[in-house]
Amino acid sequence: MIGDLLNATVLIGIASSGIQLATPYLYASIGEMFGQRSGVLNLGVEGMMLMGAFTAFYTVHNTGSLVLGVLAALMIGALMGLAMAVISVTLQAEQGISGIGIYLFGLGMSDLLFQKSFSQIVTVRGFPTIRIPLLSEIPVIGEVFFEHNLLVYVAFALVPLAWFVLNKTTLGLKIRAVGQNPQAADTMGISVARVRYFTVTLGGMLASMAGASLSIALLNVFQQNMTAGQGFIAVALVYFGSWRPGGVLIGALLFSTVNALQLWVRTKGIDIPAEYASMAPYLLTILALVFASKRVDQPAALSKPFERGD
Amino acid sequence: MTSNGAPHTLPTGHARIDHMEMKGIVKRFPGVLAANQVDFDVRTGEVHALLGENGAGKSTLMKILYGMYQPDAGQITIDGKVASIHSPADAIRQGIGMIHQHFMLVPSLTVAENVALGMPSSRAPMLDLDVVSERIVQLAKTYGLQVDPECPVWQLAVGEQQRIEIIKALYRGAALLILDEPTAVLTPQEVDDLFVTLRQMTADGHALIFISHKLHEVLNISDRITVLRDGCVVGSVPAQGATKSGLARMMVGRDVVFQYKRDEVQTGDVLLRVEDLTAQSDRGTPALRAVSFDVHAGEILGLAGVSGNGQRELAQVIFGLRSATGGKVWLGSQDVTNKEPDTLNALGMSYIPEERMLDGVITDFTVAENVILQEHGQAPCSRGRLFLNPRAILQRSSELIRAFDIKTPNANTPIKSLSGGNIQKLILARELRRKPRVLIAAQPTRGVDIGATEYIHQCLLDQRAQGTATLLISEDLDEIMALSDRIAVLYEGTVVGIVDRKDANVEQLGLMMAGVRADAAS
Repeated sequence: MIGDLLNATVLIGIASSGIQLATPYLYASIGEMFGQRSGVLNLGVEGMMLMGAFTAFYTVHNTGSLVLGVLAALMIGALMGLAMAVISVTLQAEQGISGIGIYLFGLGMSDLLFQKSFSQIVTVRGFPTIRIPLLSEIPVIGEVFFEHNLLVYVAFALVPLAWFVLNKTTLGLKIRAVGQNPQAADTMGISVARVRYFTVTLGGMLASMAGASLSIALLNVFQQNMTAGQGFIAVALVYFGSWRPGGVLIGALLFSTVNALQLWVRTKGIDIPAEYASMAPYLLTILALVFASKRVDQPAALSKPFERGD
Repeated sequence: MTSNGAPHTLPTGHARIDHMEMKGIVKRFPGVLAANQVDFDVRTGEVHALLGENGAGKSTLMKILYGMYQPDAGQITIDGKVASIHSPADAIRQGIGMIHQHFMLVPSLTVAENVALGMPSSRAPMLDLDVVSERIVQLAKTYGLQVDPECPVWQLAVGEQQRIEIIKALYRGAALLILDEPTAVLTPQEVDDLFVTLRQMTADGHALIFISHKLHEVLNISDRITVLRDGCVVGSVPAQGATKSGLARMMVGRDVVFQYKRDEVQTGDVLLRVEDLTAQSDRGTPALRAVSFDVHAGEILGLAGVSGNGQRELAQVIFGLRSATGGKVWLGSQDVTNKEPDTLNALGMSYIPEERMLDGVITDFTVAENVILQEHGQAPCSRGRLFLNPRAILQRSSELIRAFDIKTPNANTPIKSLSGGNIQKLILARELRRKPRVLIAAQPTRGVDIGATEYIHQCLLDQRAQGTATLLISEDLDEIMALSDRIAVLYEGTVVGIVDRKDANVEQLGLMMAGVRADAAS
């Protein structure tokens, strides 16, 4: 039994599926990171993921076009992000609560639309696996890293891109400043509201893409509440990763690997209650948050609405 | 002093502002007329000081000029043309810069990032921090300011942060610079350095507006002085020939006492003793490193220092609000290290906290409710420790309101509608009523008007005469000098020296505030 657990094919399988399963986390967490870096805590990621998953799935099912599916998901994500921005930036509502509202809306709405549109579980033809020439020939590494679909590659490409935008561009500087000291940014002539609208809308689009990556690239089905808390883990991953893209990447991989292991344990029918395995990532989140002390990059203005004046 | 001979461009390469005028400015806030038909102007090459008490409308007026508030009436002209300033971005475009009382810096960013913030980049959309750094070094050289562009701002001392603020404004092409209480956080020597920089800026053709309530500084640096009171201009005078007492009269509306009557008091036993006290800051870094001193009955020990050198933590540790990680606090002969505040209250210690709105009162409570915060569970404020006794509470509140001359409609007024000075008087009344043996007074007059300040100072001196041991923590050297018997200076969590007031002078204390030990500073 133990020998079976540790055989090479199994390990490669787990590693490869770990990479795949990191995809939704990456989209959602990178998007959430932008929002939090500018001072907006969006707890509605899960709801945005569900809406994105459904929209992409519905579009692909009806048109057969993956491009249209992605575009539709981006659009619905932008709309939900805008809604969150209106509520939290313009109307200055309590961000935690408005995020939960967005979540519940996405949860209910995606299920309702699904029930109205489909009478049974169907599948779509999602993004095909792309084997990167040459690289995929490398033993082990090729199999683990270079035999995935397009959305997986894009998710990983987002990490250095996000780092670059945050640290090397004027936009990134504005985002960091607005999240740390919006008063200072305001006096420097930066529109705090505009920056936050941008990051929250971007976060919505990426959250929606996270959902789409599940429904038209990894699983190719839609089900009620199919995200099963991944959106909330994505929020936690931002803390876990200390608001840095690299940290988020490490966290996403850690969780997705634990997830992959957990799925594999279940398919093996090993006699550990599956619930323990499913709990592992969540326990890990809590532990990580407890032991992580306050860090330099933590946006000082996180979840605080900004109002000019004193 | 107007240097019309100065060139039309500033050394920064930007155009200068010859004459900025604000006319008939009116600004209403709910319940307050913060600016009432105010006229104010400044010319190239001069420092025009805006003098007034807290709440007189100085900051409001300048926030209007900087586009942070919109006036309800009135207009602003720059070099004769009407300027519409709807946001700080507009103000910056028109050549106006502002150094805010609370610095507008992002602590986690470097100096160069802070300066580049919101400015177009030569390599847009990418940052060009190397170009920015070069320009910073150049500006710093021109104006004799020392800065390291790569340094994260949170590592800088307060005086250095102010230099970054000045460079930030110059980088943005400020021809007119507003300085809102720029000396409040500086040591006397740093103030001198700042004034050197400001004089050079005016010589180069900048126009400066200097906001302050410190008369000697205003007299020292300005060409003209305009005094505001309750949102109105009381008068505008040339600095030449103006006197402290004359300006104070304009500010307050009556004569002001600069010298207090202090009797010789025979000091008694040590009532408060602090031994090798250590504690950590909120960030977990050392805030106090083996602090020791003692305060005798009938003595005021002044604790001077630039803000952020451990004063806040020291007061909190003594009053049991922060854990001491080492050392002892003695109240008389009793060890009270890490005791709870209610125990300390019962033992005769009172505390006037530095953040009065956060730690001194509960803002949504009434005056009466705030009076009984500590004693709501004891007779006579409570019956049988369960029910409040409204009549006794009202009676006590009314007594204190009368005895301390607190201006409030009645005892059931919400405390937040009182002025800062009256809130502070109420806290003082509440704490002194218990006849404390030891009083910890942290920044007792910060943000308080001159009238209330005089009153509070006299109260502290009266307590001294009655044998209370007072630890007066203040960043205001004038206050320390006026009240203390001995003066201790705190620098980076250590006492660099304790000197007798009779032997102390401002220069020596200033050096000590910058970390020079007492024997070397004298």
